[in-house]
Amino acid sequence: MPRDSAVIEGVFITASTTPPVVRARGVGVTFNSDGQQTIALTDVDIDIAPGEFVSLIGPSGCGKTTLLRAIADLEQPTAGELTVNGMTPEQARLARSYGYVFQAPALYPWRSVERNVMLPLEIMGLPRAEREKRAAHYLDLVGLADFRRRFPWQLSGGMQQRVSIARALSVEPSLLLMDEPFGALDEITRDGLNLHLHRLWRSTRMTAVFVTHSIPEAVYLSTRIVVMSPRPGRILEIIDCDLGGERPLDIRETPEFLDVAHRVREALRAGHSYD
Amino acid sequence: MTKATPILTVLAILAVVWYAAAVWMNLDLARTFADDDATETEIYLSTMEQERPKLPAPHQIVEELGTSLFGYPITSPRSLIYHSYVTASAAALGFALALILGVLLAVGIVHVRTMERSLMLWIIASQTVPVLAIAPMVVVVLGNIGLTGLLPKALIAGWLSFFPITTGMVKGLRSPDPMQRDLMRTYSANGAQVFAKLRWPASMSFLFPSLKIAAALALVGAIVAELPTGAQAGLGARLLTGSYYGQTLQIWAALFMAAALALVAIGAVDLARLALVRGRGGRL
Repeated sequence: MPRDSAVIEGVFITASTTPPVVRARGVGVTFNSDGQQTIALTDVDIDIAPGEFVSLIGPSGCGKTTLLRAIADLEQPTAGELTVNGMTPEQARLARSYGYVFQAPALYPWRSVERNVMLPLEIMGLPRAEREKRAAHYLDLVGLADFRRRFPWQLSGGMQQRVSIARALSVEPSLLLMDEPFGALDEITRDGLNLHLHRLWRSTRMTAVFVTHSIPEAVYLSTRIVVMSPRPGRILEIIDCDLGGERPLDIRETPEFLDVAHRVREALRAGHSYD
Repeated sequence: MTKATPILTVLAILAVVWYAAAVWMNLDLARTFADDDATETEIYLSTMEQERPKLPAPHQIVEELGTSLFGYPITSPRSLIYHSYVTASAAALGFALALILGVLLAVGIVHVRTMERSLMLWIIASQTVPVLAIAPMVVVVLGNIGLTGLLPKALIAGWLSFFPITTGMVKGLRSPDPMQRDLMRTYSANGAQVFAKLRWPASMSFLFPSLKIAAALALVGAIVAELPTGAQAGLGARLLTGSYYGQTLQIWAALFMAAALALVAIGAVDLARLALVRGRGGRL
């Protein structure tokens, strides 16, 4: 597929010429509780270029969520150097450089769907007209325009998580951070949302960091897959992966897909993730 | 109909038990005052028609309520509406003070660590003081500095009712989970924004159950404040004068009126809750 490789090359060239969105050098996070030290993350080196979709995958305790939270300035690295858009994570957070999607939708139940999407915009102090315009636009983008007046508890779990993605996008960030956003959903809903998310990413080409437990999900969505391992949390291997353009769900039965999935599984096995 | 059936059933059982108790308790007196030629049936019937029964029969209380509510102009000291108004206004003012104080204390306790450490113990201690003991002192002390009438009673009503509001609000303001708080952090929201857009709206579902308890307690406080101070007006005063003169009918009528006021107060809280619920799409 020559057309697809051109796309990969294009991304690669941008990646090498523009400064990385996320740059980590020797990053480590050690938790201290009751005098007991837990190394959640150690020696993380990675550059994430603009437009990349990077998945962090690994078993529980491998530090993938911790790394994401450190990028978002929700945890503080205790070692190494971490920058987001060339700034410290704190400066990047204050500059509202990223949107964050949590494991659960974390919608505020007293707000309608529309007002949930407008929440960050209110905090940013955007004028009402702009808030309404963006809420309408991003709810439309996740296919929930008809549900804007509903309340979170009137929506299914998958729809709630789509609202939370719209809410993260409404900030119009340069970086989208997602922490197992579809982990709590059934597989069918999850497939649908993967398709949705991939289209969204293709149309916006925003940089995305995506934490997941699921190998097919990581392979389907990513341009690169970071395989991590626990005790202590660290990066084992970074696997390039780009299935290119339009991705119907059945791309997951093609040899290319299965090959990457196999390599991810091998890397996980090498990190004793299955022991 | 199906909704009313259980309530009516309980009411019917209560009435039967009550009538039986009235007959039983008033029988001695009825025999003493009965005419020599009175039959047993007449004696039994008279147990439910006494002027100062040990236990009035339900229909006597209803009659007394009827005359004292509607038999006099509402400005007359014999009108139960007048006394209810006196008590209700003290309770309402006390409730309003408690709401303001209770919420302010809760906000302070949640946001200022030293306030939690220094105040929580005193707030709990304040509720262990028997209100019947402290009420006359409060009234006397305030009377000495020229404060009489409504305010001392309102303060005692507020004393009782701020506690559930404070504890409910503290719990409510702390109810947002870590994810909801992290979300605010990702938006770099400041303290005031976290309060206005997260903590405050989240606390409402904790505030309203507390408000119901507080409304009932404010009434209790206002009535108790009227008891030991020889107040001239109010349901507490009616209870007190009733017991001085053995007017059991008056006492029971005042008690039923107090219960009715409590229902009205709780209903008002529920109306406020419904208004809020409507704005939230049907759930608090």
